[in-house]
Amino acid sequence: MDPKVQKVAEVWERDTAIVEGVDISGPWNRMFGQRVIWDYTPDLIQEIAQLPGAESFAWCYQCGKCVPVCPVDVVGDYGPRKLYRRAQTGINLLESPDLWLCTTCANCLRVCPKQVDMVQIMPAAREQAMLTGRAIPAELQEALENTAKYGNPLGQPARKREAWVKEAGVPVPILHQIQRPVEWLWWVECYPSYHPRGIDASIALARIFHALGLDFAILGREEKCAGDSQRLAGERGLFEMLAEENIRTLSKYEFQHIVVTDPHALNAFRKHYPKLGGQYDVWHYTTLLARELPRLQPLLTRSLPYRVTFHDPCYLGRHNGEYDAPRLLLQALPGVEFVEMLRCRENSYCCGGGGGGMWLDSFAAGHQRRRLSEERVLEAASTGADTLVVCCPYEVSRFEDAVKSTGVEGRLRVRDIAELLAEAMGLIGEGTA
Amino acid sequence: MTIVVVMEQVPDVVEELVIAPSGTDLDRDAVSYVINEYDDHALEEALLLAEATGDEVVAVGIDTTGELDQALYTALAKGARRAIKVTGDFEGAWLSTRAAAQLLVPVIKELDPRLVLTGVQAPDDLDGQLAPTLSALLGWPHASVVISSEIADGVVRARKELWAGITMTLELELPAVLGVQAARQAPRYVPISRVRQVMREASIETREVEPVGDLAPSLMRLRFPAETSQAEMLTGNASEIADRLIELLRARGLL
Ligand code: SF4
Ligand code: SF4
Repeated sequence: MDPKVQKVAEVWERDTAIVEGVDISGPWNRMFGQRVIWDYTPDLIQEIAQLPGAESFAWCYQCGKCVPVCPVDVVGDYGPRKLYRRAQTGINLLESPDLWLCTTCANCLRVCPKQVDMVQIMPAAREQAMLTGRAIPAELQEALENTAKYGNPLGQPARKREAWVKEAGVPVPILHQIQRPVEWLWWVECYPSYHPRGIDASIALARIFHALGLDFAILGREEKCAGDSQRLAGERGLFEMLAEENIRTLSKYEFQHIVVTDPHALNAFRKHYPKLGGQYDVWHYTTLLARELPRLQPLLTRSLPYRVTFHDPCYLGRHNGEYDAPRLLLQALPGVEFVEMLRCRENSYCCGGGGGGMWLDSFAAGHQRRRLSEERVLEAASTGADTLVVCCPYEVSRFEDAVKSTGVEGRLRVRDIAELLAEAMGLIGEGTA
Repeated sequence: MTIVVVMEQVPDVVEELVIAPSGTDLDRDAVSYVINEYDDHALEEALLLAEATGDEVVAVGIDTTGELDQALYTALAKGARRAIKVTGDFEGAWLSTRAAAQLLVPVIKELDPRLVLTGVQAPDDLDGQLAPTLSALLGWPHASVVISSEIADGVVRARKELWAGITMTLELELPAVLGVQAARQAPRYVPISRVRQVMREASIETREVEPVGDLAPSLMRLRFPAETSQAEMLTGNASEIADRLIELLRARGLL
């Protein structure tokens, strides 16, 4: 047998073991024959660590702090420590299902004393797997092909990207039609443009912007996916192609700031577009609305009899440091009682959608006891909240599916923060727009 | 040795199709093109064959759209060794399958392959005539609706679909032409960074040809199929739906 995959030389197990008069017999007294240290080769660790961006994979010193905070480990068997150890004992990450399970949520990085950074390791390793012709999960392949063809992972026609505007009930100016400078360019993104529940939130947000008298416009059909999750799924080339096209489109128009619906777009614009020549002042809509609270507060006239809890999106919170704005908005809602989940803010759980997880749902579910979204929905329900509030477009559909599959339907609703605000302003009815 | 894959770009029907004011063409500015999905399977099957035999895959297409490069670069990125586009004055023309085959034959002969693969059909070749026409013009044997193939002992064994789940395996002497229904596995993914690298490093060869105008059909009028009927969704509880269903069947004299 290849010494790299041979597990142990010998196993000893005492039939009875008595320590200080206490019988502690059992399989936990098993001992494994030692293998000499050079039985383990660093080859498979090096294969990952030599990839640009993935150097920190080799820095792990197996302290194990990352494992209990890893949301994937909570429902499965995962974490950077385990990936390192598996590579050491002969499992090639590039060929293992493990390659696709990390959501790049960055909770491990928060606690790791060695700065082992899965947010950089994973895209590099995934790209390497693609470049070396290894098969990728079919659902991810479809989303990537759709993005390359249509500029959105849903495979919807580009021209339909602005179709939701007709339902908004308020003017939503589109830059290629109005041809004038605006203060705020609203980057709507894919799910808020195409997904029915995403559109509900877009309509609510459009009405709020309109009520605040914000000078804003959208790109409509000219907008393409910002591409951050495709990048994290290993498609750096696709990301660069999208970014170059988006930067070119943005250079045609005059605006002062960008407001984004999607924290993944926020992350792309803040951290990765500047490297490709796109420098913008970018805000998440919750940050903008929290800044506008003095003007917003008097408009919140309806009392909402809800007990709500809030899910921090990884790419808004841990990745971009915004924890307070959504909470300020929730606390401003008249009648609403706000309760935190145990895992919140810096230690927030992950919905499972990041890092390409949005397009690996069935694949990941096949390797986990339950979906991350299901775990999170059960946690939300356990607080006694009747509403789980979100502010990332991946989450509404993920959590609504999870509400159904975990049987908390009727007890817990999932709503975007914009929907609650618009409801308190009397701009939409109870429920959706 | 060489395996040729013939690829074609077709209008993407996910995007809305618009008929040009002339009434005899699509509005080509509004159309976006994708590779014919069966040709994508033909390419995958060719790459799988070549991986087993060490053959060289050459992707060939007629550039009727002016945008074929993208598809050919993708084929190169996936593993084709060479890519050739046939160019000419095709602006606004609808090549018939027969004309396309005629333009392709000299290029295929020049490449002297032992196998030619193409998609079993295309939106502009719904009767799947390209593979048989090529085979007739080349005088080589042919099989269509192929779902897997293997080169061994100087022949190609092609499994083709018949009907009702029945398949048949044919043994064809080489050289031969196959019309591919589906590759043995889903067409592979190639990352965009590889495609972009190929676009910087590789080049597409060109063969300029004279148009074969007389073989193109003359188009009188293009129109969308008239909507003849609409689906009616039956709503309500099970017994209401059942009542309505019986009513509908009675009204049509079926009960
Ligand atoms: S916390 Fe860091 S060093 Fe510790 S086991 Fe995890 S990856 Fe390794
Ligand atoms: S980034 Fe998140 S999902 Fe990935 S290993 Fe770290 S904690 Fe787990």
